[in-house]
Amino acid sequence: MLTFTLRRLLLAIPTLLVISLVIFLLVDLAPGSPMSDIPLTVPPDVRQRMIEALGADQPVFVRYVLWLRQFFWVEPAFLIDGWFGTTLSEGEQRILSWQSRSPVFTIIGQRLPQTLTVIGTAYLVGILIALPIGIYSAYRQYSLFDQGGTLFAMIGFSVPTFFSGTLFIIIFAVWLGWFPTKYNTQLDVVDWATFWEQIRQMALPVMTLGLANAAAISRYMRSSMLDNMTMDYVRTARAKGLSERTVVLKHVLRNSLIPVVTVIALGIPSIFGGAIITENLFGVNGIGAALIGAIHASDLPMVQTLAFIFAVLIVLFNLIADILYGLLDPRIRYD
Amino acid sequence: MTDASTTPPRPASQSREIWQQFRTHKGAMFGLIVLGFLIIAVLIGPYLWVPENLTVAEAIRIRNQGPSWRFPLGTDQLGRDMLYRMLMAGRVSLAVGLVAMLIAIVFGTFIGIMAGYFRRLDSPLMRLTDMFLALPLIPLLLVMVMLFRDRIANMIGPELGAFTLIVFAIGITSWMATARIVRGEVLTLKEREYVLAARSIGARPNRIIRRHILPNVVSPVMVAATLGVAEAIITESVLSFLGLGFPPDFPTWGRLLFDGLQYMQVYPERVVWPGLAISLTVLSVNYIGDGLRDALDPRIRGR
Amino acid sequence: MKLKTALLGAVAVLGLAPAAFAERGADGEVRLTFPQAVSIVNPYLSGGTKDILAAAMVLEPLAVVDPDGVLVPRLAVEIPTMENGGISEDMTSITWKLQPGLLWSDGTAVTADDAVFTWQYCTHPEGGCSQATKFEGVASVEAVDPSTIKVTFDGPKPNPYTAFVSGLSPLLQKAQFEACIGAAAPTCTDANNMPIGTGPFMVTGFAVNDTVSMTANPNFRDPAKPAFATAVIKGGGDAEGSARAVMETGEFDYAWNTQIPPDSQAAMTAAGKGQFVVAFGTLVERIEMNLTNPSPDLPEGERSTVKHPHPILSDIRVRTALSKAIDRSILVEIGYGAGGKPTCNVIPAPEAWASDNTACLTQDLEGAKALLEEAGWTDTDGDGVRDRDGVKLSLLYQTTVNPIRQDFQALIKDWWSEIGVETELKAIDPGVFFGGDPGSPDTFQKFYADVEMYANNSDSPDPETYLAQYLCANIPSPETQWQGENINRFCDPAYDALHAELTGTTDIAQRQDIAKRLNDMVTKDSMVVVPLVHRGTLSAHSNTLGGVRINAWDMETWNVADWFRVK
Repeated sequence: MLTFTLRRLLLAIPTLLVISLVIFLLVDLAPGSPMSDIPLTVPPDVRQRMIEALGADQPVFVRYVLWLRQFFWVEPAFLIDGWFGTTLSEGEQRILSWQSRSPVFTIIGQRLPQTLTVIGTAYLVGILIALPIGIYSAYRQYSLFDQGGTLFAMIGFSVPTFFSGTLFIIIFAVWLGWFPTKYNTQLDVVDWATFWEQIRQMALPVMTLGLANAAAISRYMRSSMLDNMTMDYVRTARAKGLSERTVVLKHVLRNSLIPVVTVIALGIPSIFGGAIITENLFGVNGIGAALIGAIHASDLPMVQTLAFIFAVLIVLFNLIADILYGLLDPRIRYD
Repeated sequence: MTDASTTPPRPASQSREIWQQFRTHKGAMFGLIVLGFLIIAVLIGPYLWVPENLTVAEAIRIRNQGPSWRFPLGTDQLGRDMLYRMLMAGRVSLAVGLVAMLIAIVFGTFIGIMAGYFRRLDSPLMRLTDMFLALPLIPLLLVMVMLFRDRIANMIGPELGAFTLIVFAIGITSWMATARIVRGEVLTLKEREYVLAARSIGARPNRIIRRHILPNVVSPVMVAATLGVAEAIITESVLSFLGLGFPPDFPTWGRLLFDGLQYMQVYPERVVWPGLAISLTVLSVNYIGDGLRDALDPRIRGR
Repeated sequence: MKLKTALLGAVAVLGLAPAAFAERGADGEVRLTFPQAVSIVNPYLSGGTKDILAAAMVLEPLAVVDPDGVLVPRLAVEIPTMENGGISEDMTSITWKLQPGLLWSDGTAVTADDAVFTWQYCTHPEGGCSQATKFEGVASVEAVDPSTIKVTFDGPKPNPYTAFVSGLSPLLQKAQFEACIGAAAPTCTDANNMPIGTGPFMVTGFAVNDTVSMTANPNFRDPAKPAFATAVIKGGGDAEGSARAVMETGEFDYAWNTQIPPDSQAAMTAAGKGQFVVAFGTLVERIEMNLTNPSPDLPEGERSTVKHPHPILSDIRVRTALSKAIDRSILVEIGYGAGGKPTCNVIPAPEAWASDNTACLTQDLEGAKALLEEAGWTDTDGDGVRDRDGVKLSLLYQTTVNPIRQDFQALIKDWWSEIGVETELKAIDPGVFFGGDPGSPDTFQKFYADVEMYANNSDSPDPETYLAQYLCANIPSPETQWQGENINRFCDPAYDALHAELTGTTDIAQRQDIAKRLNDMVTKDSMVVVPLVHRGTLSAHSNTLGGVRINAWDMETWNVADWFRVK
């Protein structure tokens, strides 16, 4: 397992380099310009000078190499400077967003907290709801509970978040007035009052996203459990006189987790990627909102950096999923 | 499992046997009927329900009406008949949803099985999957529009061209999850006793995959298919925001839902109809998937 | 509309009395929300109005334009004119006097050197200043003495109120930005996000594309203002959400740019927490006619170029018929409600500059049909679509993705089909449409369609530069990388000559007269531009927020110092 992990980690380096190049070329090729937000009253020659000031008129490979250098050398150097007070990055240009002229990593730093709290909580809530529903639905297939769970899941994923989110806003914020509709990213949780405030403002986005996540995961959990419920080993275990609880929760569950682990591992990088629509709707302004804003503004350094970090997380979590497969089912071998 | 007590008289052929089992599944039959009804409705409905030919001035006067005998689903903000629009929209949405889902799961399953079963292919295929997962979707779609829209439209006409591009775009960006899930399943399946047994008696990989692997990955694939239909219908409406979709006067369920959103408080029925249509489609595909899985499972079928 | 404006005025007048007794910071926090978040607080590097709105609360120009289009001094003692000697006889220079005792928010004195520096900052060739047009024709800016700023032009300038006028061109503090000139401009993150200003507020916290936190400027020149101790601008979401946060949930006091369907406007107003206010500038939603042939059969590089005139739209009778078929009042009713009014002009405001051209306001389907008949377009094969010499009267109509524009497309398509014109619709991502990427076929400059719809406006009440876009020299073409504002490819020597006359004319009444004639040349005389709706900016403010005077000629936050809490 260790050699497998190491080999995969080494292999990840060229993979990620290729991915970064593909993303860069793709984003560069996409139509649109960093000037598309500028009012039409700004004449073309001024626009041209603004583009030159951004360095956006340089050849694509020059910009790519510059980005690589900034990402792998300047930014880590800056980080080290911050920790140890060294001056490695002095005089170096950090990766600057074209749209806001702020360093991309500063923006990520500003946005990571709310992304992790809101999207992460929503994901956790989703999993915590989904697993019991999936397990119990499968155990009592076609029972009333199962039918109800199915309906819940169907509604959860056939209703897009832009719809459920708006609905929740109208019900819980406009009619009932329980929760705010706009997330305050500047809120510092220092006491019970602010903690309560934080809970209130997280409620709506977490509900919206949690519903969508729970719906999908519960379906995978249920179907996988169903496959295993009829296996011979389950009959054997029951015949041996093991309690129902042990049979279901130890034997069946463990063997049913592989597709669920895959789905969850696919989902975790997307926590970082954020939830574009939900973030926008509730003004959470996490990484997802930053990415979509940057894409619309053709803010190449920002898009490239975010997409690349996302790629790293995907590769990493897929590796973790592969390792977990081996732990869940020792028969799986990779060498 | 519950009401599968009626044993078929004589198992004639496998497919017949599967159908017999499928028919006993109430949910599956419900799904099939609903989906069939939706498909028939959108195919022949627009011929049976021809909207009145109104001038703009006349239509404007009857805008935003609730359901009535004249307009069973009401009218929209421009006085257009919602029933007719729903039917026309359903053609596109059902076609896009089902075809794109098929592309995504067929391709995803194929990649997943190849990667899971053949160790040599595992690494390159999974790295490819990683790459597709990492690509930012919107620039990818914009590039596709820029490069291919006019060319495809020139070849097969604007509407069919738009359909092909949409289905292809959705398919190519949504197979990855299926591929990874199937691969994970195949990794455990191929170490199971019966597969080892089949291999030891010299069965070819082709046969092992078809007889032993494929039937056992059906259930996650079915879930992926159910999710895929819903996602494809919604994604289509997102595509139209990028100019990748159909011309703007071409209604689809996703777009009607999105357009209705800004009227949600004033005219809630405007979002209810498309939302209901999408949910019904997804629900029926889900039940069909459930029935199909039970029908394909020999352990259930036998009983 | 009128009533609302009147009420608003009343509120403002009533508001002024208590505000005079108020003290700085007595009213707590004012909360603003924008559908697009603020990216940067330096207007010279900004990407759009959202940023400049925030900047206008912090940075101030010498003079601002009030809601009536009248110049009002801000940092200057008075508006320089010919009469008071502020403008030289030959109109080549203008001299501004700074108010005495002005302080930056860090306590240092404002001097004429700051203005000189601001000019240098924005005109540096490597700086990429987005407001460079404000300094166009400026030969030099000098500090005659610490409180006197002399702007010299490279020729007579009939409208010298460009540099340092309006929120687009405020003063920067030299001490803060000295190291940020030229290529270094984008790297000064702190200065760009937290500029030191003279305005009522100063930035204390900035989260990019999310939140701007501000507190009252302790050194603001009026000791009683602002009434609010702190201000917050939260960005993100959509117009719907912003409007809701003010009008229904009351979480915010002010929302900028809340253009939502008229029905929803009414429903939200009924909630009784706030009101919509609208300001009409020069923004006009219009259909632009392509005078060149966009046919895909032409080789790339010749599509939509002056080499090939448009086979259908070159005929003025067809263009006129298309305009006659449209009922503009229905468009307003469906799309904008209080936020728009029908118009036939490219320059619909200010009143003194707007032509009295109203002929297009009444729909005339029969007249349109007659014109098409006259032009030789008849329906010979009986399919409902007119044709001539085997060519169908069929048009491709493109615009950006936007619910209101899609409704307009659908309506106009139906009207046109009533007069026998077939229309194919296309909607394009706004980022692509306005992006100007020469590689994309979908930009508005490339205009690979027969007609297209979007909105444009003049950034000052005087429309000289705005009208320059229809000059022959501004036609986009492959040679210019498709840059150029004359997207109709309209070219009329008489127009060019008249515009040159405008540039040389100094008498204001004459200028207005010429501007009206130029406006008529592109609209009613040639029907090259078909104006549809004069759009206002629709914003929403809470009933508890007083002192708001929405302004189309300057930033909406222009008088934020006067805002107060209604108790």
